[in-house]
Parts: sequence; structure tokens; C-alpha cells
Amino acid sequence: MMASKRPKSTGDKKNDSADSAGSSTELGLPDDIFPLVLTSGTQELFECRVDKDVTRESPYKILRKEEILKDMKTRAAVSDFHPIKQTVLNYPGEELLLMFDRDFTCGQNFYLVLTEESKKRILEPPVSAREDTAEGTSLDSPPCKTPECQPWVSLGSEREIEEESVRDSRPRLKYRISRVRRKFGAPVTFTDCNAQESKDKYTECTSYDDRKFSIERMEITTGVQAVPTLRSISTQTRWTYPRNMCSQYEFREFTEEEKENIANSENFRNFVNSVVSRFEVAAQQNMIFDVFFNDWQALHEEDGIFGGKVETHLKEYQSFTDLHFTKEKTISDINWHPTINGLIAVSVMEKLSSEGKINGSAKLLQNPPLIFFWSFSDPINPQLLLECPDDVLSFQFCPSNPNIIVGGCMNGQVVLWDVSAHADRLQGTRSAAGKATSANECALPAFQDKRELNTPVVRYCAVSGVENGHKARITDVQWLPENFEISKAGIPVENKAHICVQVITCAPDCCVMFWDIRLPRVTTHSLTERKPKVTETPHLNRSDVPNTFKHLDLSWKPFIKVALPKKGTGAEYSPLKFSLRDNINDNQTGGSTETSEQNLEKSEGGTEYALLRASSAKQLKPLEDISTRFYIGTQDGEVVYTDWKMEKDNDSGRLLSTKPSHCFLVHDGFINSVRRSPFFKDIILTVGGWTFAIWKEGVMNGPIIHSSCSPKKCTVGYWSPSRPGLFFIGKEDGNVEVWDLLEKTHEASQTQNLSTTQITCIKPWIVPPKQHFLAVSDHSGTLHILEVPWSLRSPSYNEKSNMAKYFEKEVDRLIFLNKRKEMRAKEKKDKEAEEQKKKMEPKMPEKLEEQIEEENLVHYKTYLAMEKVILKNMGLLSDEEPALN
Amino acid sequence: MAEVEETLKRIQTQKGVQGIIIVTAEGIPIRSTLDNASTVQYAGLIQQLVMKARVTVREMDPQNDLTFLRIRSKKNEIMIAPDKDYFLIIL
Repeated sequence: MMASKRPKSTGDKKNDSADSAGSSTELGLPDDIFPLVLTSGTQELFECRVDKDVTRESPYKILRKEEILKDMKTRAAVSDFHPIKQTVLNYPGEELLLMFDRDFTCGQNFYLVLTEESKKRILEPPVSAREDTAEGTSLDSPPCKTPECQPWVSLGSEREIEEESVRDSRPRLKYRISRVRRKFGAPVTFTDCNAQESKDKYTECTSYDDRKFSIERMEITTGVQAVPTLRSISTQTRWTYPRNMCSQYEFREFTEEEKENIANSENFRNFVNSVVSRFEVAAQQNMIFDVFFNDWQALHEEDGIFGGKVETHLKEYQSFTDLHFTKEKTISDINWHPTINGLIAVSVMEKLSSEGKINGSAKLLQNPPLIFFWSFSDPINPQLLLECPDDVLSFQFCPSNPNIIVGGCMNGQVVLWDVSAHADRLQGTRSAAGKATSANECALPAFQDKRELNTPVVRYCAVSGVENGHKARITDVQWLPENFEISKAGIPVENKAHICVQVITCAPDCCVMFWDIRLPRVTTHSLTERKPKVTETPHLNRSDVPNTFKHLDLSWKPFIKVALPKKGTGAEYSPLKFSLRDNINDNQTGGSTETSEQNLEKSEGGTEYALLRASSAKQLKPLEDISTRFYIGTQDGEVVYTDWKMEKDNDSGRLLSTKPSHCFLVHDGFINSVRRSPFFKDIILTVGGWTFAIWKEGVMNGPIIHSSCSPKKCTVGYWSPSRPGLFFIGKEDGNVEVWDLLEKTHEASQTQNLSTTQITCIKPWIVPPKQHFLAVSDHSGTLHILEVPWSLRSPSYNEKSNMAKYFEKEVDRLIFLNKRKEMRAKEKKDKEAEEQKKKMEPKMPEKLEEQIEEENLVHYKTYLAMEKVILKNMGLLSDEEPALN
Repeated sequence: MAEVEETLKRIQTQKGVQGIIIVTAEGIPIRSTLDNASTVQYAGLIQQLVMKARVTVREMDPQNDLTFLRIRSKKNEIMIAPDKDYFLIIL
């Protein structure tokens, strides 16, 4: 029992504490503190059990005086409070402070505070001390006293320290171990020793499987990766090497026997019979209806006319003037090169009046007239220049050999040029970069440029003698086509050489001449004598003139001269232009390159014109179908239809030309164009004065169409090469009129002004495919190239047949007109005769009445007869009925 | 036999007929008025075409069968009359 022990201990200590108590009073504690011992029972009663209610931290316990007194009464002397009974009674207050004295400072574990003041003092000062310390030195803060050093008061802590400290409980023992001296520094031998042999040398702790010890692994941290299953497989094909192989097959066929067998079989027969009927139906269908006729396309043709007024004007494509040469000059004739596209030749002449020509004739020698070759690729420089002896009014390319050109001059001479030497150069102008395609590839560029910049001038290689040729200016020159030639008698015969060898010219000196570029046949002696003379005749020959026509130079003579005597009068016609029927040269287009190419080949094969001889008329076969008649337009506006065949004059035995069969004075001025239509061989257009006329060969009454007088003079006319009913008329004021006979016949369907001066020549040309050009030259020397729009170049549906019908209609009209004229003339004549008769009548004696009556009866009878006849003719009267009388 | 010849001749002389070929169903020519090479060529090509055409017609309607085939081109027309065992081709 603690409590019991305690008192014992406390008893032990009481002595001490008594001492201490005594010492405590000495220490300064007042009398009002009385140490007290409280038994556990008392402690329980007053609720001050040690370490439970009362601890070191809260050692205070306030007790009520009454309770103490009560306890004292109940327990009397046993009560702990007995010793202090008196003081308790004397205690003024109601409550008493019981302090737990853990440290037994007052000698006992509790002490009772006897006075009120000390109670307060104990309770409060700690509070106040605490407050002081808490608040700082605010409340009752006397100036801070440095704590005085006080002697150590042992409170029992030494014992603990002692317990804790470590002291040697006994003195330390010392031992000294040492080896025997002799063993120091003795040699030592080490040996290996197996640890496992002697068990003493080591101890081991082996691991053993402790069955009691098992740990189940509840958790494990591992990484997982998904990997596709991969398989590696290989195969090998059997390698076969390439081999060449071929197979050949043949179609299956039946042998002849088999075929026969099958053909004879019944089966076959039946088959054929059944099948044929189907075919007949099909064939019938085909015959009724043309399956291959494309309606759609046919529609398109017609539609073109109505295709809107898109392009009806002639578009200007290019125009050529040469400033050096064509100033104050006019262009007299235009010709397209027959084979080379884009090349056009123009003849230029002075445009002085006739007086001026006479006066200024000296000028011509210094400035020789030229024929220009223009190319589309070079509008500034002409490609070639042909030198002429005099102004050339008309010229033409030879259709079989485009390098030969024939021209007719002002002085009546016929001129020939040969441009074969420059053919390459001209050919090169086809492409746009003409210079690049030049055959002359010179290494030195300086020379090359010079040569090409200068336009070469070609001198004429042959000219007819002045006395042999025409006496007036040659106004028209044409080559005869290569399929026939004319014999001396004027009969057309076949042309063996198939090249153009003959030329026809006409001039206002009233004759048409036929020239042959070959030497005349050696007939008479005189000719043979003359031949060496011809070769000896000195020529002023320039080195660059080809010798092609040397044989003709200055000695050329026409072999036929056709004179044109007028009917009735002794005068002659002065022809300006002519047109042959079978002359294919009249309307050449680019499309006919085939024939000309063939001819070119032949001519390039080396026809030496000098070696050609005119063949005898007897050897050649005369051609029947060539017409020898031709139309001529004269200076006075007449259109003459004549024959060039020479007929033998019975009297003198000479060959004389026939008289022209027909002559029509239609135009008011000189005729400047006589042209055949390219589509109808017998339709001719003549232009002159203020009108133009269309003629049909064979209809000799007059022109089938004659235009009305236009306000300006018509200067030139030409048919369109692609449309049968279209032709172009050039006017004095520079207008080009397009006449479409199917559209309008009383006026031009289109007029376009090209220049201020009169149009001198119009020539159309077709460059395949589908490019149609119109070359128009004017009086001021400018050559215009116009492009013909689609509407003017593509024929409408059935245009040719329509035109043919139209012409026929016109012919009929003309015939009818003539008939009417005749009739009217006859009527007029009759009328006049009657009037004459009437005049005569009153001179006759009067007839008697009877005579008059007789006459009347006779008249009546004749009338009845006439009536009968008429009625019979009308079928109203049958033959059997007796005539009414 | 003679009448067969006659019939064929009659067709041949009709206007616009260039040639006749008679072929078996397999495409082997029996009779022809053209040269051998063309005959064989035509026979082979047309036989395939007729097979195709017949199949086409038959598939649409099994009761139906091809009676006449006309091929019209820009320049000419080919008429084919098929039968059970033979074809007749007219150009």
C-alpha cells in the first residue's frame, strides 16, 4: 500500500522534513503553511488523490472549511486534519487551499495554507507571475533586476545524475600478452589449408528451407509487351529460261470435194432459199432510200448562207509597194505564180498620158521598166526583178514551165524571160524565213547577206524583132495550153511535147498573132541559109542571161497573123483582149499544181527549147474538139466572135483569115476584160466602159446579161474561181464590186473601196486549203492582197446548177426578146405597108355595091370555114356533123 | 443445185452488191465471190459477231432467234443472214 508505505517513507523523511520544516520556517515560509499528511482515504474524500486530481502542474485544491470540520468530527482523531483543528476553526475564510507538495518541500506531501493572504498570495502570484511573464513587463514591471547569483539548492536531481553517469565500478584490469621471444623474426611458412577439412576453421550458416516460413507472393511487377507473331517463310519458283518459239496457223478450209458435198445437200438448198428472201427485202430498202446520204451535212451547206453577216468583206491581207520603183507608176498586170504559193508578179509601167509618153520617152532608158516578184514573206523587198525593154502591159507565166515568162510591150515587141537560175531563190520564199532556206550556204555570213539583200535583176533573154511584131502596144498575151498546138494553117493539132510552146498576142494594130517559141521547121533553102546567119548575128550578150531562147532573139516571128476585118466596111477591129475557149490558162488556181508539176518534171528532164522544132502539120493529128473560135474585145467597145483558122483564098492562093462571124457593139468604152467563167466554158464576161456584159457562146443575138450603166467606169472584171455566180468588177474610183448573180442582178451585192485611184487589175487565187486571195492593183502602183471571206468563196448548195439554169433562162429570155423584136419589126412593117396601101386606096375607083356584097359574102364564107376549123381543133365539133351553112 | 446457183447469181447482180460468202456455223467458208484472203478474214470475224448477236437475242428471250444482221459503215454495208448451220454474208 502506497499510502502505508508512504507514511513510512514519509516517516523516514519526516525526520528530514521536520528538519526541513524547521528549515523551511527558516527559509521564510510563513506560519500559515502547515504541512499535512493526507491518507488515501482522505484523499479520496476530498478528491485530492495524488497524481490524479492533484498533480505537479495543478497542485492546488480548494477545500471547504465545513467539510474539513465535518471530517474532523466524523473521524475525530483519525482525521488527518486533527493537528490543525484549531487553525481550521480559526480560519476566517470559507475555503482552504490545499497544496500538493510533491517535492516535500514542507516536509509532507500536502500542506495547507492557513491564512487567506497567503492563499491569495500563492494563487495569485503565480498567476501574476505568469501574467507578468506573458505580458512582458507591463503590469507590475519594476525595472528589471539582474538575477542574483544564488547558491545551488539541491532538489534531489543529483540522484538521477548519479544513476545516469557511468563510473568504473571497479578498477580496470590490465593484461599483457606477449609471445616467446624466440619466435620473433623466425621464418614463417605459410601453407594452404582447405577450409572445409577441419570443421573448426570455419563455421557456416547454411540456408535451409524453413517450412514454417513461407511468403506467398501476392504481387509482382513485370512488364508485358505485345508482339505479333512473326513467321518467316520462303518459297522458290522453278526458273524457266526463255525460249524462242513460234507457231503457225492456217485457216480451216474445206477441200473441194467437201464443198461440193455440202453444196449439194438438201440442207443447203433450203437454207439458201429461206435466206434469200430476207435479202431481197433489205436490198429493196436500200434501193428506195439512199442509206449513205448524210442529211446532216447537207443541211450544213445551206445553212452557211444564213450564218449571219459575220464576214462578208474582203479583208486586207497584205499590200505591196516599192518606194524606189513604183512611184508615179501604175500596175498594168498581175499574175500569181502557178506553183509557188505566196508569190505574185506585177508589171509596172509609167502612167503618163500619151503625150507625156512621147515626150518622156528618153526617161525610160535610164529607168528601165520592171516586173516585180513579190512574196508574202517579205513585204518590203521584191524577190526578183525582170528587166523589160519597154513597159509591159501584159505578161503570163508559162503553165508548163513557170520559169518561162512571156510579156508584151508597149512598142509591140514580145519578150521572153527565163528565171530558172533563180528558181531556188523563189522557191525559198515559200517559207516565212526565206533567207534560212536559201540553198546557197555560204560560210562567210558577210557575203551571204549582201547577195540576198540585193534583189537580182533578170534581163529578158529573147525579144521579137520590132519589125516582125505588132505595130502597136501589145495588150494581151496568152500561152496556148499544152494539149494542143496550132499548125500553120491555124488548125489545132495535138501537141506531142506536152509543153506550152505557143503564144497568142493581140494589139490594137488590128491583128492577133500566134508565136511559136520553137524554131520554125526547115522548109526552104532560104531558111537553112539564114540559120547560120542567125547564129552569127552579134548580140550584146550579158553574162547572166540564160541562152534558152537565143534562137529567137531579135528574129522571132509570128507564124500566124490573124487580121480582123470588119464586116461590110474595109476597116478592121482593134482588139484589146481576147479569150479562147479551150484555154485552160485563163483561170488557174493553186490546186492545179499536179498537172503543172508533172510538166515541170518533163521540162526539167531537159527540154532544150532551142532544139525543138515545129513539126510539120501533116505529121500531127488534128484535134477535132478544139474550137478555133474566140472572142475579142476591141478598142471601140465591140465584142467580136471570130475564127482564127486561115482559109485559102481562092483567088490568090494565100491563106487569109476568115471574116468574123459576129460583132456586137455593146459597151460604151474600150473593152478591158474578156474572161471565161471557170465553171461554164461558154459563158464570157466582158467589161468595158460603164457596163459589163455576160455572153453565152452560141447565142449570137446579144449578151444574155447586160448590166445597167454604173456611175463610174468599170475598169476590170474577173470571175471568182470557186463560186459559179460570183465575179469581181473594179471601178474607176477604186471600188471593188462583188456581183452575185444569184442574189442581185441589178446591182452589186457588195462594194468595197480599196484605194483612191482606179483599179487596174484583179486576179483571184486559191491557196489550198481554203485560203482565197484576191490580188488587186491600183493606178498608184500599190498591190493589195485581200482575203476572200468564207461567204464569198464557198459556193452555196447547188450553185452551179442554179447558175446554169439562170443562164438558160436568160438565154430564153433573150431569144424571146429577139422574137418579139422581130415580131414587132414585122408588125411595124406590116403597119407601114398597110398605111401605104391606105394611101393608095382612095386612088382606086369605088367598087359597085354588088361587088361589095359579093366580097362580104366571100368574107363570111371564109369566116365560117375558119370557125369550123377552130371548133374542130378544139374538139367541140365532131367530124361527122355536117357543117353549118 | 442449179437453182441455188441461179439464186446466188441473181443476188450478185443486184445493184450495190460487192460480194457473197457462204460460211458454215464454225466459220469455214463454203462459197465465195471474193478472193481467198478476204473471204477467210470476213468469215472468221463475222462468225464471232453472229455468235455474240445470237446469244444476246436468245438471252433476252429464249423463244427469240436472230434472223438478220445488218452492219452499216461509212463506206459500205454488210448483211448477214444466219441459219441453223450456215450463214450468208453479202457485202
